[in-house]
Amino acid sequence: MIPAEFDYVAPDSLDAALRALAHGGEDAKALAGGHSLLPLMKMRLAVPTLLVDLRHVPGLRGAQRENGSWRIGALTRHADLQGRAELGIVGEATSLIADQQVRNRGTIGGSLAHGDPASDLPTILVAMEGTVSVRNSAASREIAAGDLFQDYMTTAIAADELITEVRVPALEDWGHAYEKFTRRAEDWAMVGVCALVRKGADGSCEDVRVAFTNMASTPIRATAVEHALRGQPLSSDAITGAAEQAAEGTDPPGDLNATPEYKRHLARVLTRRALSRAAGV
Amino acid sequence: MSSNVPVRLSVNGRVHELDVEPRLLLVHLLRDRLGLTGSHVGCDTTSCGACTVHVDGEAVKSCTVLAVQADGTKVTTIEGLAQGDQLHPLQEAFWEDHGLQCGYCTPGMIMAAADLLARNPDPTEEEIRHGLEGNLCRCTGYHNIVRAVSDAAKHPHAGRIPHPGPTPEGAAIGLELAREGLGA
Ligand SMILES: Cc1cc2nc3c(=O)[nH]c(=O)nc-3n(C[C@H](O)[C@H](O)[C@H](O)COP(=O)(O)OP(=O)(O)OC[C@H]3O[C@@H](n4cnc5c(N)ncnc54)[C@H](O)[C@@H]3O)c2cc1C
Ligand code: FES
Ligand code: FES
Repeated sequence: MIPAEFDYVAPDSLDAALRALAHGGEDAKALAGGHSLLPLMKMRLAVPTLLVDLRHVPGLRGAQRENGSWRIGALTRHADLQGRAELGIVGEATSLIADQQVRNRGTIGGSLAHGDPASDLPTILVAMEGTVSVRNSAASREIAAGDLFQDYMTTAIAADELITEVRVPALEDWGHAYEKFTRRAEDWAMVGVCALVRKGADGSCEDVRVAFTNMASTPIRATAVEHALRGQPLSSDAITGAAEQAAEGTDPPGDLNATPEYKRHLARVLTRRALSRAAGV
Repeated sequence: MSSNVPVRLSVNGRVHELDVEPRLLLVHLLRDRLGLTGSHVGCDTTSCGACTVHVDGEAVKSCTVLAVQADGTKVTTIEGLAQGDQLHPLQEAFWEDHGLQCGYCTPGMIMAAADLLARNPDPTEEEIRHGLEGNLCRCTGYHNIVRAVSDAAKHPHAGRIPHPGPTPEGAAIGLELAREGLGA
């Protein structure tokens, strides 16, 4: 399968990349790792007329710790983040994306900009209540995770904007777990559940966040579960009880791998597992 | 319509300068322009891993990389692993352990295994299975592939790719391997 023809530029500064995007209009696309865009182009589901390759743009790679947060450059690859304990849930979840070859190419900025509800990092960003910094050639702005994902593969990022940086709180005193259920190795999640739990000195649940992959057209928070567990003792009974609420208010689309009802079942089971692991019970 | 783009890349230690269409995939550059047909196209959808090569020392699926994205990089394919007559420890181990039947998946399997061993020189069986998730084999049932990678891991240079190839450094590794004796 060969993509349709397109023009290609690989600018060596962020400004030049932004100008090229603005100039190219709606049919210009940024190219990061290409591991979401190129498969779509090969199937002619995407037919951009101009690709603006970001690989020569400096300063958009790596993770830096700053004032209780991690600042992660948009071009940082999954492989650069995978398995790094200091990055908490980001290190855990990136090692579960696809396979090593894909992780060697795919980037955090591309993953978030693509906005696929079956992808893992959008869910992690929503659970962590992180933000992305975006820029066009005139201005820059911050978008909170809760405002970023608008619909299936639709984000608040405009065609002439680029994500430059992802910022997530370090959440060092929180337990974390990402449970991803796949039908085959290397697959996207049928359902994924991210749980973050802050335990109080008395062993109770001081704060909790739960977010789902592939349970709606965007990543979503499981507010009923959070509400049920917050302030409760972190016992396995309390976790099981809270996890029972996981599917509440959800209306997941069925797909080739799972019916809506099966997804709701998975959400309950995976929420229990993720909460138990995050809480260490 | 779209204009060609010049690319300069090193493949198995040899530098190539070519003009390519932006939409040319790396796997087609390797196979059709350079005649390196060891990298196979199995699925063409980033799933099977038969097209796996190394770009700057890391495994990638070359059916999902544009040739223009490889401009300025060092690419290593299965053809670049052996040093003259000396097989790479992974090649040797696949041979010894019958890690292949039809052989279609083998080049990609070996390139992915080399990335795995570079990251994790002493993997458990579980880690090998997890690490080769991006590569499908329709013949072997994986058992002997896992054995081969495990045996190759016992060799001190199994994760090392002679890269960029037959340079003085590559030749030195080859000689070193030859002196130590190959195989698991
Ligand atoms: C076989 C396979 C399995 C996969 N499995 C998973 C999985 O299990 N979980 C998962 O989460 N992902 C999975 N992915 C997707 C993978 O993680 C992608 O690499 C990632 O989602 C996109 O990142 P990229 O850098 O490749 O983006 P690209 O493909 O380069 O770009 C994707 C989109 O984002 C835009 N874009 C890229 N960078 C920016 C930026 N900085 N600012 C604004 N827009 C930008 C592009 O224009 C394009 O529209 C899989 C991919 C494949 C091929
Ligand atoms: S041909 Fe590239 S992954 Fe199958
Ligand atoms: S040996 Fe035939 S596909 Fe693996």
